[in-house]
Amino acid sequence: MPRISVTVDGVTYEDDVEPRLLLVYYLRERLGLTGTNVGCDTSNCGACTVLFNGRSAKSCTILAAQADGAEVTTIQGLARNGEWHPLQKAFNAEHGLQCGYCTPGMIMASVDLLEHNDDPTDEEVRHGLEGNLCRCTGYQNIVKAVRAAAGEVREGATS
Amino acid sequence: MTDTATPATGGIGDAPVRKEDAKLVTGQTTWTDNIAFPGMTYMAVLRSPMAHAKINSVDVSAALEQPGVLAAFSGADLADEWAGPLPCAWPVTPDMVHPDHWPIAKDEARYVGDAVAVVVARDRFAAADALEHIAVDYEPLDAVVDMEAAIADGAALVHGDHGTNTTYTWPFSNGDVDEAFNGAHKVVTRRFINQRLIPNAIEPRAVVVAPIAAANEFTMYTATQVPHILRLMLALTTGVPESKLRVIAPDVGGGFGSKLNVYAEELMALVLAKRLGRPIKWTETRSEGYQTTIHGRDQIQDVEAAFDEDGRLRGLRVKLLADMGAYLQLVTPGIPILGALMYPAIYKMDAYDFSCTGVFTNKTPTDAYRGAGRPEATYAIERTMDEAAVELGMDPMDLRRRNWITHEEFPFTTIAGMTYDSGNYEAATDKAMELFDYDGMRAEQQRRREAGDRYQLGIGISTYTEACGIAPSRVLGSLDYGAGGWEHATVRMLPSGKVEVVTGLSPHGQGHETTFSQIVADTLGVPFEDVEILHGDTKVAPQGLDTYGSRSLAVGGIAIYKATQRMLDKLKTAAAHMLEASPDDLEFSGGQFSVQGSPDTAMALGNVVLGVFAAHDLPDGYEPTLSAEFTFDPENFSFPHGTHLCAVEVDTETGMPQITKYVAVDDVGNVINPQIVDGQVHGGLAQGIAQALYEEAVYDDAGNLTTGSIVDYYVPGAPDLPEYTTDRTVTPATSNPLGVKGVGEAGTIASTPAVVNAVLDAVRHLGVTDLDMPCSPERVWRALQEGSASRDQVAAQAQGGQHA
Ligand code: FES
Ligand code: FES
Repeated sequence: MPRISVTVDGVTYEDDVEPRLLLVYYLRERLGLTGTNVGCDTSNCGACTVLFNGRSAKSCTILAAQADGAEVTTIQGLARNGEWHPLQKAFNAEHGLQCGYCTPGMIMASVDLLEHNDDPTDEEVRHGLEGNLCRCTGYQNIVKAVRAAAGEVREGATS
Repeated sequence: MTDTATPATGGIGDAPVRKEDAKLVTGQTTWTDNIAFPGMTYMAVLRSPMAHAKINSVDVSAALEQPGVLAAFSGADLADEWAGPLPCAWPVTPDMVHPDHWPIAKDEARYVGDAVAVVVARDRFAAADALEHIAVDYEPLDAVVDMEAAIADGAALVHGDHGTNTTYTWPFSNGDVDEAFNGAHKVVTRRFINQRLIPNAIEPRAVVVAPIAAANEFTMYTATQVPHILRLMLALTTGVPESKLRVIAPDVGGGFGSKLNVYAEELMALVLAKRLGRPIKWTETRSEGYQTTIHGRDQIQDVEAAFDEDGRLRGLRVKLLADMGAYLQLVTPGIPILGALMYPAIYKMDAYDFSCTGVFTNKTPTDAYRGAGRPEATYAIERTMDEAAVELGMDPMDLRRRNWITHEEFPFTTIAGMTYDSGNYEAATDKAMELFDYDGMRAEQQRRREAGDRYQLGIGISTYTEACGIAPSRVLGSLDYGAGGWEHATVRMLPSGKVEVVTGLSPHGQGHETTFSQIVADTLGVPFEDVEILHGDTKVAPQGLDTYGSRSLAVGGIAIYKATQRMLDKLKTAAAHMLEASPDDLEFSGGQFSVQGSPDTAMALGNVVLGVFAAHDLPDGYEPTLSAEFTFDPENFSFPHGTHLCAVEVDTETGMPQITKYVAVDDVGNVINPQIVDGQVHGGLAQGIAQALYEEAVYDDAGNLTTGSIVDYYVPGAPDLPEYTTDRTVTPATSNPLGVKGVGEAGTIASTPAVVNAVLDAVRHLGVTDLDMPCSPERVWRALQEGSASRDQVAAQAQGGQHA
């Protein structure tokens, strides 16, 4: 069994993992980090999205063994000192979630989106979140939330 | 609403941010699959790869040899565990064919995905691996996949021992239908295919059973909409006494009807936990769910509508074939019946004739999917109105206006016998047409037609209504449904002044905690944050009928409102005693009881609560209780309505339809939380649009689901859906004291015909007269090719057939 050392939400873990174990199940079942969800078996839904070395990635497409040396951020590690990330606040304020099952993945994908474009148009948000499915919201308030958060991120950067 | 001072935020009509969100945006949610117990084992299910086959033998011995495997059983092995088959609670006719449906097939598999064996192992991977070591000897039987083929003479039978694939025929007729049609100027006849859909809640189904086997006690956590219904049904099907079962719906990630059921896996997990004495978890994979979680829609709709020359609707005939799939799930046969009385929709007519034939096929069972019967009805009637407008040469909105119930005519009893309590179709339509710029859009459409623009514009209308707030127990009884539709609430004041509200509803994304807190905060004058809503656990909320059919606010919300008022009345009696006044002289406002005319003689609600808690000085005979209950059973459904207008641009070179404008003006009565209501409409629209443009569950002739994963079944993403313009008119419901109506399904019900009408309207002048859903670019492109071919033919004939 491969031995990995991986940093998740700021904590470094060393573990032996089965070669076939997917990162999402490593997070959920080995580390107990159940904030990251599984919504499909074909890498289509995006519910499992995390930041993998800073870039958004579907954690069901990565083997735990491939995470050796990696830095992973999940929805559970996004708040800083108890303060929510602007995206967490904006999803709440703009009603960007209903059942909330897609939300961790949606937010993590949006973190990456805003890293690369801090003032996206509606169209850019929609395309940026193409890989994340939501069955509840019809996406409109998700788009609104991401754009609202972008404003806060920009302000944060200039202040 | 009450005359209490509304709290600054969080009262009725405000939009405080949702209470539910904190755990959801931080990943601290309790989805069923997140739950774990020491010693927990995992269940995996072996499923039939054939749509129809005799099971000659099932050999699980090799699976039992696999490392980490605790148990493996065939259907025959577990046959004695069941006290009854999986339930169907809606025998729509006395002679309905109702074959036994066992959790694991014993001698015959009837659809791809039918369970044939089950394994329990130490983890989910070992369980899945062990399935490969089970040997099943199948003998293929003929499969019936197509509904019309299934009811033709000589068709293979899904349930051979029942001698027919016809489940039932359910008729309804009112008025002189022959007269309506015989005297008609024009009869419009259409066939609509309402395709099969897969609900696709993003949280897959999951169940965990934690047993105290020695005491025969079980707690089930399950991703369900209906913990109460499920608990009763588990007792009836497994023989575990209801009093020994606790069912918990923890955080549930969407349902849309797909979790309104009693599923084989829930029964299996319970029975195996009982046998093994170990906690058991089962979580479906998305692809597994596609085979085994219920599907929706799947009807063939034959519609005839008779009109006078001036466009007056004389009568309607509707004949349905409804695909049940291979078995009857909880309310499978009743789904088309929920739509049966809504085909007349908002229109007046002299006569209506309806019949629905339920059909068995070798496919996944169908059941409730968002709207359940009413989207189908609305699709048929709203498509028919557009088709009739074409045949009559009228503007489709004018034709509707000519026929709809005017606002002065409410309450109005329709030809189908439904009494609509209130509505104002004119107001909603006027608002929608203005927001849409209807005349401007028509002019633009004309311009593009004349210019032969590559991108042709179509305008689609849907002036819908629907019946929801699934209750009136009496009405459900008259439709042969197996239960009532009341809802229960308890309101408890805590000594510290906080409020606990127990509801029998079971939310899974709707924002109940927020909405109901607003009602209670508004009524008691307490802060929104001080109200806690408890739900989804049969031990915490022993009485309830759960969440579906847009019933939560209009039924359960009213129960909460009434229980809160009852609580207030009790406190008023105590307050009067404490203030040495007569209860009749007390007023309540801003969270204070005061004596009329002497506002200084007052007592805050919290102090009254404390006084009752202490019980040192109460009126004689006053019971020092701080709780009040109410069970609400309304006398009627609620009837939201609205006007949806959709503009679609069709690229005539590729067939690609694109929604460029969508206006939804809905009338859902009084609104508790506008932000949540808008969200419900958005999500509903997305699912209705998805049926119109993207989604279809497809089976091949052998009964294989060819759209068997989310790769092949197109669930729309953010770029596939438009920005919606939503607005409201407010015509309060008269059937409940808050004047509210349901909203959860309205968007889905309304939008599908608006979109398809728009696509057709864009290309009708190019010879396209019909399109099946989903209106994919390929379908539209083909229709355009055929349309232009037939136009050429017509032109050629007109010119004496000189051209080939
Ligand atoms: S779980 Fe669906 S994309 Fe990873
Ligand atoms: S909020 Fe339910 S899937 Fe997105």
